Amino acid sequence: MAIASVAHTGPAAPPPAPAGRSRSLTPYLLLLPGIAWLTIFFVVPIVTLFGTSLQVPAEGGETGVFVQAFRFANYVDAVTEYWAQFSRSFVYAGIATVLALAIGYPLAYMIAFKAGKLRNLLLVLVVAPFFASFILRTIAWRQILADEGFVVSSLKWLHVIPQTATVTASAVAVVAGITYNFLPFMTLPLYASLERIDPRLLEAGSDLYGNGFTVFRKVTFPLSLPGVVAGTLLTFIPAAGDYVNAALLGRQPGTAMIGNVVESRFFRIVDYPTAASLSFVLMAAILVLVFLYIRKAGTEELV
Amino acid sequence: MADDTGGDLHLRDVTKSFGTFTAVDDLTLTIPQGSFFALLGPSGCGKTTTLRMIAGLEEPTVGSITLGERDITHAKPYKRPVNTVFQNYALFPHLDIYENVAFGLRRRRAKDVDKQVMEALALVELPHLARRKPGQLSGGQQQRIALARAVVNRPQVLLLDEPLGALDLKLRRQMQIELKRIQTEVGLTFVHVTHDQEEAMTMADTVAVMNNGRIEQMGAPSELYEAPSTTFVANFLGQSNLVTGRRIAADTETVTVLCHGQTLHVPVSRCGTEDVDVLLGVRPEKIHLGGEAQEVAAGLNSFAGGIVSDASFMGVSTQYLVRLPWGQDLTVFAQNRGIGEQYPVGSRVTLSWEPAHTFALAGDATAGVESDLAVPVG
Repeated sequence: MAIASVAHTGPAAPPPAPAGRSRSLTPYLLLLPGIAWLTIFFVVPIVTLFGTSLQVPAEGGETGVFVQAFRFANYVDAVTEYWAQFSRSFVYAGIATVLALAIGYPLAYMIAFKAGKLRNLLLVLVVAPFFASFILRTIAWRQILADEGFVVSSLKWLHVIPQTATVTASAVAVVAGITYNFLPFMTLPLYASLERIDPRLLEAGSDLYGNGFTVFRKVTFPLSLPGVVAGTLLTFIPAAGDYVNAALLGRQPGTAMIGNVVESRFFRIVDYPTAASLSFVLMAAILVLVFLYIRKAGTEELV
Repeated sequence: MADDTGGDLHLRDVTKSFGTFTAVDDLTLTIPQGSFFALLGPSGCGKTTTLRMIAGLEEPTVGSITLGERDITHAKPYKRPVNTVFQNYALFPHLDIYENVAFGLRRRRAKDVDKQVMEALALVELPHLARRKPGQLSGGQQQRIALARAVVNRPQVLLLDEPLGALDLKLRRQMQIELKRIQTEVGLTFVHVTHDQEEAMTMADTVAVMNNGRIEQMGAPSELYEAPSTTFVANFLGQSNLVTGRRIAADTETVTVLCHGQTLHVPVSRCGTEDVDVLLGVRPEKIHLGGEAQEVAAGLNSFAGGIVSDASFMGVSTQYLVRLPWGQDLTVFAQNRGIGEQYPVGSRVTLSWEPAHTFALAGDATAGVESDLAVPVG
């Protein structure tokens, strides 16, 4: 997993120096398909998109006709206008990531250490939702979280939420949807890193006077950090740019995320420059956040 | 924990079953405080399960384990004054060497952690590696750190689970000596599990040979080697020549046995059976090889009419296989001292040895033969 290997910044022995004759073209040839693919389908479009983000409407032109310019103020306008949606995206994605971690960690732990023969079955169940359409499942959540539905009325009956509360088309529904949809992306890397832990290390921790909680805090959790980093990134990054959950489970414009803005700017209002600059700002913001996060989480503790 | 009252480790009637499989079968054992005790046996004999029960990583199905006055049968591993050196060391890969060694001290909120850690690292002669990660160390170094990490806690009992198994021969020898030195220096009770009979004999004061979940024989290494009490021990610990015979007479000192027409003598103290059918044993290096014409001194046990069927030069000694008239091959080690005769294949020879080097056993001659018979005791 690419992200997991990014997180591996621990001291690793450098690979042995290549012998003279292995300075061949082989590594470059092996890289070629990947480079070609990424150039055609990533680098070229992103350069085009960057160009679009600096365009201005054609003078006297119709809607949707733009000419190339270098109007960097597009960025300032976009951020000023949609500041609320940006911060909402990161807040929703952040909450959903924390929730997914809180749900996914015990789940992954249980599958890795306690499931025994059921392990493979449980892993299949974790990815089973992918067998049904993403859109369908999200629409189903609309019914699950409907105010007159079973979940909300049970919670009201238990007085967990006030009687007047409404969940339909609320931020709660959007965050719940994001959490649900990205849970497997959290659980699987967590499982992978927990499963790799040598059970003898846990025995050693317990042998060295660590009780169950201490062994978890001092041994299990630090050793699972690569999975935590990979899982949170795999959840947070797509969640911050997600628009399906907000579109299907939220209420416009109150719960709109930046993805919804980009979508409507592109397809409905046909304002390509704003949509493109929003996309770039989102990308830059995620890159900065991820970089800071990996710097913080990925230096000392990761093995 | 040094403040606990010390004491011997007792296992009483301990049985451990996994489903229908009985790993340890009604084991009773006392390990005196301060001793170096080895549990020796082939894989699957229950020695590691026994160790894990002492560590608290397995719970006995039946029976009790006490340390001094304290019953620790059901105590959690982290509540026992016992530490383990694991088979593959189980060093924490995310912590540096210093923090690995400090782990137990920190959990118990010990004072002067720094001093104790550095002392433990000095004991294993690796203080300069304190800030490395385990992955940067060689196998031998990791082994020593695992030892330091356990010893630093001054447990009442230190458990060693095949700690030298992953090392090469030369390093293993060196570590055997180091372990013995450290045990003498710190004076803890060491319980060492191994399948390597030589390792057990070199290091331990007392060796218990285990087979099928039971202890076959327990005693000082020389005692086990010189007077095995079962065929399993005779075959597992070094090599033995076992010949079937019938007891024909006995007085207060000597038992007389008839083996394939030859009258042989065994001291009563070395006769482990009352049966009429016995197995007579002698170690290969105790046998003297003589030419056919040579007179055998009076009072020695001997077999005449042997033919050398194989002679392998092994450096310090030559290993002969001698075919006896009834078709059995006996092994003889002859030291290459450069005096005395060499016997090429086909030579007719007479075997002789002291009755005091003979032992008599009941049972199946092949028990334990499948284990590493090929490795002679040096």
